[in-house]
Amino acid sequence: MPKRSMSSVFLNGIVTENPTFRLVLGLCPTLAVTTSAINGVGMGLAATVVLIGSNVVISLLRNIIPNKVRIPAFIVVICTFVTLIQMLMQAFVYELYESLGLFIPLIVVNCIILARAEAFACKNGVLASALDGIGMGVGFTIALTLIAAIRELIGNGTVFGLNLLGDAYEPMLIMILPAGGFITLGLLLGIINKLTEVTAGKKEA
Amino acid sequence: MKLTVSTAPHVHSHNSTRRIMLDVIIALLPAAGVGIYLFGYMAGLHVLIGMGAAVLVEYLWQKLTKQAVRVNDFSAALTGLLLALNMPVDAPLWVTAMGSVVAIILVKQLFGGIGGNFLNPALAARALLVASWPAHMTAFTAPTYFAATDAVSSATPLVTQYGYMELFMGRIPGTIGEVCKLAIIVGFLYLLIRGVITWHIPVLLLGTLAFCTWLFGGTDGAFTGDPLYAVLSGGAMFGAVFMATDYTTSPMTIKGEVIYAIGCGLLIALIREFGSYTEGVTYAILIMNIVTPLLDKYIGPNLYGEVKKRA
Repeated sequence: MPKRSMSSVFLNGIVTENPTFRLVLGLCPTLAVTTSAINGVGMGLAATVVLIGSNVVISLLRNIIPNKVRIPAFIVVICTFVTLIQMLMQAFVYELYESLGLFIPLIVVNCIILARAEAFACKNGVLASALDGIGMGVGFTIALTLIAAIRELIGNGTVFGLNLLGDAYEPMLIMILPAGGFITLGLLLGIINKLTEVTAGKKEA
Repeated sequence: MKLTVSTAPHVHSHNSTRRIMLDVIIALLPAAGVGIYLFGYMAGLHVLIGMGAAVLVEYLWQKLTKQAVRVNDFSAALTGLLLALNMPVDAPLWVTAMGSVVAIILVKQLFGGIGGNFLNPALAARALLVASWPAHMTAFTAPTYFAATDAVSSATPLVTQYGYMELFMGRIPGTIGEVCKLAIIVGFLYLLIRGVITWHIPVLLLGTLAFCTWLFGGTDGAFTGDPLYAVLSGGAMFGAVFMATDYTTSPMTIKGEVIYAIGCGLLIALIREFGSYTEGVTYAILIMNIVTPLLDKYIGPNLYGEVKKRA
């Protein structure tokens, strides 16, 4: 892996390898919890904390963990952080904890976190791994918040609980049903691919 | 004129998409006319808005994406008309317009335009409308014959009992196009005579539905259901003739069509009898639309020059 500057490691997760829009990883929470913007932010931040923690610890332990059992070792580290974040959320943001429900413990099997441990943290230094965790986490949070805000706006007329479209608006309920998640994600992926195509075309010209 | 959808080799004929779409629109006119007669001028407005919005949106999309503008092939107009005939007359007009937009953009154009969609646009749009505005989409009104003031909303015939004659002539609550079975049969015969569709899908679909309802639709054990009532109520006949026979989303071979039609009929009966919805035509046909590529893959036509394998 060529040496990269710290800022490019950070920006990598937000733009070039955005976990949701470019890598299309972690779709289960992406589709399931993005029914309101606050859920999107909550889920994104919880995953970010776990991601930073697991990246740092795995990077520290990268020369100690035997190669053959690295996946179980990574999972144990990730589980530790997920358990921590779950207890913290239960204690301090109980409402969010209730609405995210099962999807908090399921962060353990979120493939973004394992993918970063495997692809980045076990090969790079602590600082770079921490930055990678922050970048990926922020990218994930932005993506979830965007999807959730669109779904909440059309499906409920609100964003972060603020009524934006007025009382006369009759919400399009399907957008906060599971089908709406697929529709929103599909359209956003299409738009982002198109935009990437356009900007890549400009660079070549 | 006899038209067969098949794989190569093909011989050119003077058929065009435009002519076929126009034939289906003509076949829908009796149903639309009776719908307007039964439900009043609002039904006519639904039809106009549905067709207008579909054509306008398709035109704008093709302009915007710099494609050849092909709205004059009537396919968008047909989608809009089918959707409008699937609306209850009391639904607000903007719901119909929204449905047309969804059908054309989300279901048809985003998957490559005419021939590229994997779901029937009008049905997929209807399913989306039902999920989005359930209160508007299930407010069925009894026919008012232009006396809009004493409109009374009531349950569909799938819940309350009506006589066979009322069901057949359309003097029942329901969506604009589905109520009058006589008009639908007239349209069906026109399509058959013009060779636009074959009898297989509509007849086998309704036959399966009738048999399954007879088998497990009754209250006192097997073989006590009312097959005629099942066929005449709800949107089964409209769906069988106009929705399930869509070229793009039904199988290419007759053998495939047989399986497709039986699947639709069985699913409608299952959803009606055991599901939580009273009507299942929309979902049954959509599910079989999704199965269609699989049917086409495994039940292909005989290849030109193919010799039958001996066992």
